[in-house]
Amino acid sequence: MFIKQLSVFIENRKGRLEEVTAALTELGVNIVALSLADTNEYGLLRLIVSEPDKAKAELKTRGFSATLTDVLAVKLSNCAGALHEMLVALAKADLNIEYMYVLDSGTEYGSMAVKVTDKEKALEAIRNGGLEVLAAEKAYAIHH
Amino acid sequence: MILSKEETFSLSEMEALQSERLHSSIKRVYENVPSYREKMNAAHLTPDDVKSVADISKLPFTTKDDLRVNYPYGLFAVDKSKLQRIHASSGTTGKPTVVGYTKHDLEVWTECVARIAAMGGATGDDICQIAFGYGMFTGALGLHYGLERLGAAIVPSSSGNTEKQLMYLKDFGVTLLVATPSYGLRIAEVAMQNGFNPKTDFTVRTGLFGSEPMTEAMRAELKKMWGDNFRLTQNYGMSELMGPGVSGECEHFCGMHINTDHFIPEIIDPNKGEPLPAGEHGELVITCITKEALPLIRYRTRDLTRLFTDKCACGRTTVRMDCVTGRSDDMLKIRGVNVFPGQIEEVLLGIDECGPHYELVLTRRNHTDYMEVKVELLPELLTDVFPDLEHLGLKVRTKLKTVLGIDTKVTLASPNTLQRFEGKAKRVTDLRNV
Repeated sequence: MFIKQLSVFIENRKGRLEEVTAALTELGVNIVALSLADTNEYGLLRLIVSEPDKAKAELKTRGFSATLTDVLAVKLSNCAGALHEMLVALAKADLNIEYMYVLDSGTEYGSMAVKVTDKEKALEAIRNGGLEVLAAEKAYAIHH
Repeated sequence: MILSKEETFSLSEMEALQSERLHSSIKRVYENVPSYREKMNAAHLTPDDVKSVADISKLPFTTKDDLRVNYPYGLFAVDKSKLQRIHASSGTTGKPTVVGYTKHDLEVWTECVARIAAMGGATGDDICQIAFGYGMFTGALGLHYGLERLGAAIVPSSSGNTEKQLMYLKDFGVTLLVATPSYGLRIAEVAMQNGFNPKTDFTVRTGLFGSEPMTEAMRAELKKMWGDNFRLTQNYGMSELMGPGVSGECEHFCGMHINTDHFIPEIIDPNKGEPLPAGEHGELVITCITKEALPLIRYRTRDLTRLFTDKCACGRTTVRMDCVTGRSDDMLKIRGVNVFPGQIEEVLLGIDECGPHYELVLTRRNHTDYMEVKVELLPELLTDVFPDLEHLGLKVRTKLKTVLGIDTKVTLASPNTLQRFEGKAKRVTDLRNV
């Protein structure tokens, strides 16, 4: 019910991001979605990829600090108020979102990758709010 | 002003006094300090083998490592009940180097500092601002009591808060400043930024600088900022020997006069450990001959310098040492504070998220030292949220501050991005140009 997000620590210097994409390209791993957050000195690259375990192992051998984190892929209809609905569901359950980003923006339905500290509670809250989450295999294969 | 008759002893008078004091000091150490007695036994020596200064090179060395192994009181030659003061300085790892003083030791210390202060031009009429950090370091309290002995008034301003330092300097009519040379420059710079002219708006005429070597370039820079009438001397000491008061410059600026009635200096080859002929550059080794609590024998200071034995125009006959030009170990001086890379390594080893590799980058901006510590994260990233990474950086910085006593900038780096070394690691990049 959760999807594995690949998180990579990146120093703010030229070419570092490109080294990550080089590794994934060589592995033939597809990037489904990504978010890059940065401070003055370093950034965190968060990726949903077709084969997260394989990608993580390769990045580690190439000297990156990487980890897999469970996030929720919440399916949302592509209409006004859908994101708001999800946020209400989480807020009602008194849950705090650490970060989120767009996973897929389809014409009818889209999805968000959402990281909440208590993932089990978050799953329950999403379902109680009448929303669906994507299965991992589905999320990794978006656009395929 | 020459304060004590010992400062002008003839060579034979001094040698006789040193020999007598050396012998009695060795005797006390042999009887009261088991670890040094073992060293002497291993070298087949008894106190009676050391009757004169000429015998000193027979004796085994004492090192900072001996202080670490015998932490905290193992090298003390008196019972704890006889102690009146305890100070500490940086150790080579997490634990500090601990030093102690009896009543007599404090008396000698005060006398030695008073001599050096008088040598540097201090008088009983001075108002002295001590901008060394008060606390466990020996610098501030050493100068404090030595200057007080001369009859001077003390403004114990401690270090930091430069604008307040300026207020005291100006409003209290301070005439003598005690600081590190780089802080002396910083104070002048901040004074100028605040619209003061240090040459005319202040009454400071004497500077006693220490706790880090003062190069001739720094002296010239200090003169430029504070004016030609500013008499600035440097002095030398270290807590293991007693603190400031080991040696200091007189008005002729030709090396620092060592209080040789209390300390016997030698210069050795730091690699071979063998004494070098007079005048050669090498590592300073000091034997304390009057200390009761911690009479270190042939202590390897790791400071590189040379000795001058020719006559000084001031009338003092004591041996002089040159400005310290470097170290024979990896100790760093940062804002006058001793820092050993080993201390940093130990802190990092105690933090789960950090690997054992690190790099130090030292810079100097506005006459102030800065240290950046680059730390490698483990390949297994333990968090993927920013607050945790920021918290980690802060945790490293806080722990370093606890151990080192100074603030650092912590930079997180990816695994395997810092340089690796075969053999001796070169982890320090010093960009300070001093």
